[in-house]
Amino acid sequence: MPRIMLRQMKRNQSGVITAVKVAGELGRRIRDMGLVPGTQVTVQGRAPLYDPVALRVMGGTLTLRNNEADHIEVEVTEAQEATQS
Amino acid sequence: MTAPITVALAGNPNSGKTTLFNALTGARQHVGNYPGVTVEKKEGLHVAASGEQINIVDLPGTYSLTAYSVEEVVARDYLVQERPDVVINIVDASNLERNLYLTTQFLELGVPMVVALNMMDVAEDRGIAVDASRLAELLGVPVVPIVARSNKGTAELMATAMAQAGRAWNPLQISYGEDLDGVLRSMEKEIEERGFLTRLYPSRWLAVKYLENDSQIRDRGAKENAALSADLDRWVQGATDHLQRTMETYPEAIIADHRYGYIKSILRQEVITRKYDADRLYASDRIDKVLTNRFLGPIIMLAILFGLYNFTFTYSELPVAWLEGFFGWLREAAGAILPDGYLKSMLVAGVIDGVGGVLGFVPLIMFMFFGIAILEDSGYLARVAFMMDRIFRMFGLHGSSVMAYIVSGGIAGGCAVPGVMATRTLRSERERLATLLTVSFMNCGAKLPVLALLTGVFFASSQAQVMFLLTLLAWAVALLVAKFYRLTILRGESTPFVMELPPYRLPTFRGLLIHTWERTWQYIKKAGTVILAISILLWAMMTFPGLPEGERERIDAQRQELLTGYPAEVVQEATAEGAEEEGLSPAAVDLLERLDALDRQEAEEALEYSAAGRAGRALEQVSWLAGFDWRTNIALVGGFAAKEVVISTLGTAYSLGEVDPEESQSLAQTLADDPNWNPVMAFALIVFVMFYAPCFVTVVCIAREAGSWKWGFLAMGCNTVFAFGLAVVVYQLGMALGLGG
Repeated sequence: MPRIMLRQMKRNQSGVITAVKVAGELGRRIRDMGLVPGTQVTVQGRAPLYDPVALRVMGGTLTLRNNEADHIEVEVTEAQEATQS
Repeated sequence: MTAPITVALAGNPNSGKTTLFNALTGARQHVGNYPGVTVEKKEGLHVAASGEQINIVDLPGTYSLTAYSVEEVVARDYLVQERPDVVINIVDASNLERNLYLTTQFLELGVPMVVALNMMDVAEDRGIAVDASRLAELLGVPVVPIVARSNKGTAELMATAMAQAGRAWNPLQISYGEDLDGVLRSMEKEIEERGFLTRLYPSRWLAVKYLENDSQIRDRGAKENAALSADLDRWVQGATDHLQRTMETYPEAIIADHRYGYIKSILRQEVITRKYDADRLYASDRIDKVLTNRFLGPIIMLAILFGLYNFTFTYSELPVAWLEGFFGWLREAAGAILPDGYLKSMLVAGVIDGVGGVLGFVPLIMFMFFGIAILEDSGYLARVAFMMDRIFRMFGLHGSSVMAYIVSGGIAGGCAVPGVMATRTLRSERERLATLLTVSFMNCGAKLPVLALLTGVFFASSQAQVMFLLTLLAWAVALLVAKFYRLTILRGESTPFVMELPPYRLPTFRGLLIHTWERTWQYIKKAGTVILAISILLWAMMTFPGLPEGERERIDAQRQELLTGYPAEVVQEATAEGAEEEGLSPAAVDLLERLDALDRQEAEEALEYSAAGRAGRALEQVSWLAGFDWRTNIALVGGFAAKEVVISTLGTAYSLGEVDPEESQSLAQTLADDPNWNPVMAFALIVFVMFYAPCFVTVVCIAREAGSWKWGFLAMGCNTVFAFGLAVVVYQLGMALGLGG
């Protein structure tokens, strides 16, 4: 399974977080919200200007900016293309 | 009798904490602030079934207890310093895994605790079954399933909480893996041997916070015992270096991983059973497909924001008119009863107008907060922030800033007072301050009559276009100044946007009312007193010193002279009680008009003689650079009370008497004829009125909301200097180009 950064993930694509490579305030916030290695995420959609991105995580929805998504590495599990909607 | 039991309510944002708080306390609430910060502290009384009164404190909603924003710091400081008898940790059963992250940290702190498993109904709808007794067994604290919205299970929850109250603190120890556990043990030993802050924190918890690089705890530690704190820092440094070398990670990441590991290990033990796949889309997600759709989303958002704006300003019109009518009546009544003199003048122009000014905003604020409460409680506001963030981030702001700008007059005709208060929905401090300081640049309803008058006189042929241009100008200036602040005094990384899009929920009416009322009441209470004082001060500036005796005698003599110039019966006719214009002889009408003119002349001279008048004169030296004469200067001083006062004060200064901002034709004619006024000067004045010091009601609100008068003064000073600079550029450039006509 390929490992890519969260920013590169497409709509409806799912994966499991493998690393969060940032410390400090941002890293803490990312982890507090449940984005830690082992968590499964699915890209739910993007804002009208492609940024921020909305993720489905643990049954809830989280948003983060693309430059924040750059710190999160994901192992993609399925490459479901955006067929609907 | 023993002191009443104190229960602290804690949980994630959107977990239903506020709903539970309202259900437990009803209307018996009290909102204050935590010392030194602008975070709201809500307290309330709950009367238990036994009749016992229980004190309930609603802690700010947080996802964690590690210092991220001021909310987390407030929450944990409260727990360790005030030591509530028991904590009710409310968790969302439909989103258990993430909610338990905070629970785990409470367990590590060791506070006596009950877990309130909220939204059992939502979880059920989603096919999630949670075994509360199994969860209680594994966590080691009681777990009570509730539905806060319908008040289900709250009696049992309180009974369980009472049973837990006052238990000894019992910190949970989670293993953070070989690497860290060893270090933690060494740190703990040092901490315990020296009794380092142990009266407040459990030793292991303290060591974990050092490893998590928690700045607030480290600062506190350094103050308590610098040497030991440095020792602990060395341990942390060692562990950090080791982890970096071997695994390219940080202690705080390892700690978070293990906490989630602990949660997962619990949930795996038959606590949760799911009927459906965890990523199944729910009704809320289907709504989001439309509401945050790339094309439809922004359109619907504009429609909703415009709707809120209309709702606020249309429906509040009637109560505002009632209040204005009432204060107008009070003014007249006071004017009729009291004898002429300074007391009357002060009561009417200072006190009644001042109080009327404060209360006049109340319906506006109530409607706006009601509208915002709907957007907030339903979960839509988070979507607005999501969609607008990209644009606002360019200016160092946050997606949530859009609300405050729109309410303040982003759609011309708003009001900066509710706008400033709307910034409360912003959770990030720097972005919030930058928004707070720039919302007053928008064209609020009070600036509109001034702008309409000036554009009507000097840009009559293209008034609509000019007004539209001014709205765009306001946006451009507000965003650019916000950017400037974020690059200078509010410099710093943008606050992470990692936030939750809560599922859409139908707001409860009771929740909306409580929300609206408590914010409105805060405005009245906090702003009221200061505004009254400033109103009286402004009145005094425009009244004192009064005309010297000689001057008044001179005008009185003129009045006498005028009266003696007419036959006695005309004088009697004109000065008779209740004389009306119609039905008077032409001579009497003429006399009345002349007397009126004399009164207006006296008012003008008195204004010029007053402190404000002298200030206006003195300022002429500088204000000529922008083409403003002393009359304009006084009017602008008056505009500090409320922007539309610019018109009435200009009227007085031009001996027109008090000009009603709604009907300013006489003033328009005077300005058109005055050689000092020309389109360039008028445009310079427009620019100045738009951007100079906000009215003092706004300034007071800025100071209150920002938590310090420093920011209020900054808004006054910087805005005025900036506006004047802009006005000078406009005037000088315009005149040099010969546009002054």
